[in-house]
Formats: sequence, C-alpha cells, structure tokens
Amino acid sequence: MTRKKKVTATVVSQKQIGEQIFDLWLETKLSKNAHPGQFVGVYPHNESTLLPRPISICEVDRAKGRLRLVYRVAGKGTAEFAACKAGDTLDLLGVLGNGFPIDKAKGKKIFLMGGGIGIPPMLELAKTLDGKKQILLGYRNKELFLEEDLAEYGDVYVATEDGSVGTKGNVMDIINAYSLQADMIMACGPMPMLRAIKKYAGEQGIPAYISLEERMACGVGACLGCVCKTAGVDSHSHVHNARICTEGPVFEAGEVDI
Amino acid sequence: MNTEVKIAGETFKNPVMTASGTFGSGMEYSDFVDLNKLGAVVTKGVANVPWEGNPTPRVAEVYGGMLNAIGLQNPGIDVFLERDIPFLQNYDTNVIVNVCGKTVADYLEVVERLSDAPVAMLEINVSCPNVKEGAIAFGQKADSLYDITSQIKKKAKQPVIMKLSPNVTDITEMAKAAEAAGADALSMINTITGMKIDIHKKRFVLANKTGGMSGPAIKPVAVRMVYQTAQAVQIPIIGMGGIGSAEDAIEFLLAGASAVAVGAMNFVNPYATVEVVEGIEAYMKQYDIENVTDLIGAVE
Repeated sequence: MTRKKKVTATVVSQKQIGEQIFDLWLETKLSKNAHPGQFVGVYPHNESTLLPRPISICEVDRAKGRLRLVYRVAGKGTAEFAACKAGDTLDLLGVLGNGFPIDKAKGKKIFLMGGGIGIPPMLELAKTLDGKKQILLGYRNKELFLEEDLAEYGDVYVATEDGSVGTKGNVMDIINAYSLQADMIMACGPMPMLRAIKKYAGEQGIPAYISLEERMACGVGACLGCVCKTAGVDSHSHVHNARICTEGPVFEAGEVDI
Repeated sequence: MNTEVKIAGETFKNPVMTASGTFGSGMEYSDFVDLNKLGAVVTKGVANVPWEGNPTPRVAEVYGGMLNAIGLQNPGIDVFLERDIPFLQNYDTNVIVNVCGKTVADYLEVVERLSDAPVAMLEINVSCPNVKEGAIAFGQKADSLYDITSQIKKKAKQPVIMKLSPNVTDITEMAKAAEAAGADALSMINTITGMKIDIHKKRFVLANKTGGMSGPAIKPVAVRMVYQTAQAVQIPIIGMGGIGSAEDAIEFLLAGASAVAVGAMNFVNPYATVEVVEGIEAYMKQYDIENVTDLIGAVE
C-alpha cells in the first residue's frame, strides 16, 4: 500500500461534457500510484463545506503526472470544483480505496458495466485490463459522455432510459438485447443497477466486482461513516460492516449485502 | 520552552490529543502524522463486545461542520487488546482508551480488562448521542453520572476522565457531579445533537434522524462551556470542539483547558494534530512563554 497524502493539485483543463457532468484534468503526484477503481477526496476551498468529496479516478496519465476526474455537480462542493479553470488549485486526499482486481481479469471475457456517473472509472479500467472487454454503458438520455474514449479499448454498447440512443432501458437490457456473455463483471453505478448485476452474476455463477458508494467523512477508514453490510465478518470491527473507503469501494458482489 | 502538561499525575509531552472516534486507534492517520509527536492518542470507543453501529447514511455535512451517527461501531475489547494496543505501543505517546457501554456492567468489564494494559488514562463515554442504550443516558442526569463515575473509579487502575455531553441545561452541574464522584479529569465537549433534512426527498439525511454535530461551527459553544466548567471544578479539563489550528487550541487553553483534542478537523486536514503542536510552540516563542501551562486559564 502506498502512503496516503493530502496534496495540492493544479487544474490543467476542465470542460463540461454533459448535463452537470464535468471533465477535469489535474496535475498531481498522486497520479504515480493511482489505479482503476480507486478515488480521491477533493476539498472545496469554501470552509463552510469542510469534507473531502469522494470522486472516482477516470483516467491516469503517469507520463504527464495527471489525473482525470469526471464528476457530476451534486451540491455546493462540486459546484465550486466546476468553476475551476486551468491554473487553479485543488487540494486532494489520496489515493483512496482498493480499486478493481485487474489481475483476476487476465485473459477473461469481461463485462465492464457503468451506469450514469459510475461510467468514469470504467475508462482507466478498460485501458488497464488485459482481457476481452465488452463495455456496457447506461445513460439517462442521448447526452452521452466518455463513450468515444471507451470505444478505443473494447466493444461499447449503449443503453438509454428514454431509448433515444442504443437499447432502451439499462445495462442489463443490453445483455438481453445482444445475447452477450461474459465470465467476469466489473461495474460501477447506481444501487438498483448493482443489485441487478449481483443477481445476474449469481445466476450465471460468475464473479462480479462492484464499486459501492456511501456518504463519507474521513475517507481513510477512521470515522466508520461509510460502511456496507457484508456477508462475512469484516476485518476492522469484526462485525458485518466493511468500510467502503478502505476495504472497498470495490467488493465481490457475493461479499456484500446490498 | 516546555510544552509538557500533567493531568492526574500523568505527563503528556504536549497538550495535543486526538478526539475519540475521529482517529481510530491511530493506524489510519499514521500515514499522515508521526504519532510520536502527539501528547496522546485517544482511541475510538471500545465496548465489552463488538458493536455494529447504526445504519447508513451515518454522516452528513452541515454549514461549518458535520453530523455523525456512527453508533459506536467497534470491534470490542478482545480485538482491541490484541491489535490496537500493540500497535500503539510502537509509539512514544500516551494512550487514552475511550470506553463505552450499554449498562454499567459493560463499562466495568472494559475497565477491568484494561487494568494491566499499557494505557495512561481511561476516557468514559457517557455522552454519545447516537446510541439508544447507555452512553448519553448516563451523562445527562447528575445523579446517574455520579453513580457510574463512582463505580468506575472503584474498579479503574488508571486515572478516569469523564467525557461530558453539551446536551444538558447546565454542564457545570454534570462536571461537579463527576468531580464529587472522584473523576480525575473531564473531556468536553462531545457532539451537540443536530438534524438535517433533505427538502427534495422530504427525508432525514441520517438514517438515525439525529446525529452529533462537530466541527468549527461548534467551537464557540465548546470554548464557553470549558470556561464555565473551569470556574466550577478543580479537576483538569481536556477541551475539544472544532479545533483545527493552534489558534483554536490556544483559545481552549486560555479558557481553562489543560489539554486539547482535535476531532472532526482531522478529516479536513489529516496533518492538523501535528500542525497544532507546532503552532502552539510558535505562539509560545512569539509571546515568550516558557511553560505551556502558563496559558491554562490565563484569559483575563
């Protein structure tokens, strides 16, 4: 494990790429040890909003020492980030969380499934994974984002809730529509999607690694704010509550009670 | 320059500690700070058996602070003695164990199990607002606080700190009851009970509905309570509530605290504890103060 740090990062560029969705590149030494599925805590400057905002890592450019964060504006903190311009600074806490177990995917036929703001971590994952990648993306409507970036690393299938692009419905409907098959799943998205994936993976008898989300405070495993129910006894408190920020955010679906 | 303080016969290299529940047992923050530099590590509350804590969401941000309703999730005293105490023994800092329970017997069991552990002091949590049984129930009435304090004092091998709740009409009454029952020191304040409602979903943000508020927004309340209590009792006070900088810490010392603890601000700045230590030293240099103890209660 790499030591966690709080560092000041410099904004390289930022643009809006969807409804309330922003694409931010930061120059930071945290890029050196960042892996797909991990996240950083981003601190607002405004001291009335104290806590770091957990945002998943979308892409890593180690050569240039940069991290790409694609996030949705959800409140005061993220609204402040969205106003940042090249040259501005943001404090980051990181790198946090376990990330996807990329070694387990070697040579496998794999679904990468992203729903909504769960799509961004799929990009670095798709770049890094060694396997046959089928990338299933679920959006609300025709305002797609990152689908072109993802298409460079695998076969992209799109679903929209309103049916305006691709399959009408969600990522699970893509599987049915194209009769797709896989022997492993890696996914990030809203809870109903993750529940459906857990059920599907159970039926198919294949492992599914899902990235969970919860309200966080410290981000480093101290406050015990962001726990999820687990099937087994957790390593920290020896109850059935794993810390999403530390033991997670990625869990094998069978391990967690969602 | 001397930054040492003495509390109930125990010597602390400086008056800066961690507030229980915000620092685990130090492990999680050892990436950021050298624990050897702290006056003490005050651990997350530990009970006689593992506690699962409350459902999520357990935390919410509020203006200038946060609410938490963790519900004292902890691994219980067995794991704590096997894992957390040996970890903390690697460091040259005092260990204060925060003890919680649902019944007086629960507290006593933990206190007894800690008898032979390398622990400087015990901090008794009679002020957590987020659990249905125990904790705050013992800390909101002077007679029950007196009762549990005297029972713990009979069993405890280490000096006993009672951690007080601000959610009372007059905190000095609680402080006096704890002192009369033999408490060696007081920690104050625990969190202030609060609530946040999501107006779009028309739902409580925390699964527990209420949570304990901490962070800079509660600091003036905490400073006032420390000052009032310092006037009312003789035993030393460990002050806390929104401390994130040396300036904050010095306010508490001047108000009458013998030591201070950094809580929620660890989440905002994981280096906060050590920065407070260094900032106090810089302040002492600036004002040519030889002993940090000269600051205690020095407000005019």
